[in-house]
Amino acid sequence: MTMQTPLSRVQGLGASHTGTRSFWRQRITALALVPLAIWFLVAVLGLVGGTEAEVAGFFQHPVNAILMFLFIMFALWHMMIGLQEVIEDYAHAPGAKLILLLLNRAFTIVVGASCLLALLKIAI
Amino acid sequence: MAEQASPNAPSRPLSPHLQIYSWPVTMMTSITHRLTGIALSVGTAFLAWWLIALASGPDAYGPFQEVAHSIIGQIILFGFVWSLAFHLLNGIRHLAWDLGYGFKVSTANFTGVTVIVLSILVAVGVFALGFFGKGGYWL
Repeated sequence: MTMQTPLSRVQGLGASHTGTRSFWRQRITALALVPLAIWFLVAVLGLVGGTEAEVAGFFQHPVNAILMFLFIMFALWHMMIGLQEVIEDYAHAPGAKLILLLLNRAFTIVVGASCLLALLKIAI
Repeated sequence: MAEQASPNAPSRPLSPHLQIYSWPVTMMTSITHRLTGIALSVGTAFLAWWLIALASGPDAYGPFQEVAHSIIGQIILFGFVWSLAFHLLNGIRHLAWDLGYGFKVSTANFTGVTVIVLSILVAVGVFALGFFGKGGYWL
């Protein structure tokens, strides 16, 4: 027996009204991040202790700047979905849950805007 | 174990609690995947600091370098590198599961141990390369 209306069942979106969108996006971003994270580990993290000129020079190369842009975009998107899943698993009080979900979005947007605008300034 | 809540309750077997559960590898990697994901999320704030310091010019980059070269900075960086290596390798394991591969218990245990060992090797390798390449500081 189902409590769903026929229309709700045929839409297949469930209680969240968004279906499996987050599940699917988490897999797509993960797939994109496999090569990007390998590049980030090997090429980028090695620069952290370098001089300002060395690191800036690296990001001034268009290919490096584009790859870094893509890595930040996909990593933060993946992060936002993942943290949302953690919050939904453990935060049960409706008020606290809403606040944490909003903070998650805010954190992602602030970090994303900071990283991308800083990267743009370095690259240009 | 605690006594039965009711004297009339039949003595049924209890499901094991987390504290007394003998952790299988698959359980450990699953929890570590989530923990490294959270750690990497915190790490993105450091990534933002790095790029902002870089974009602000050579003078602003000094303070960032001081922190990055300190012992605490090096520990955070190593934690970040290992977390990324683990989350990446275990993430590939998850993608294989999504395609329906690797569900046999022996296979899942083997890939779990493989991911743990490889992630440590990758982290130490990446770290050591940078450490010896730049004279005393990591990378």
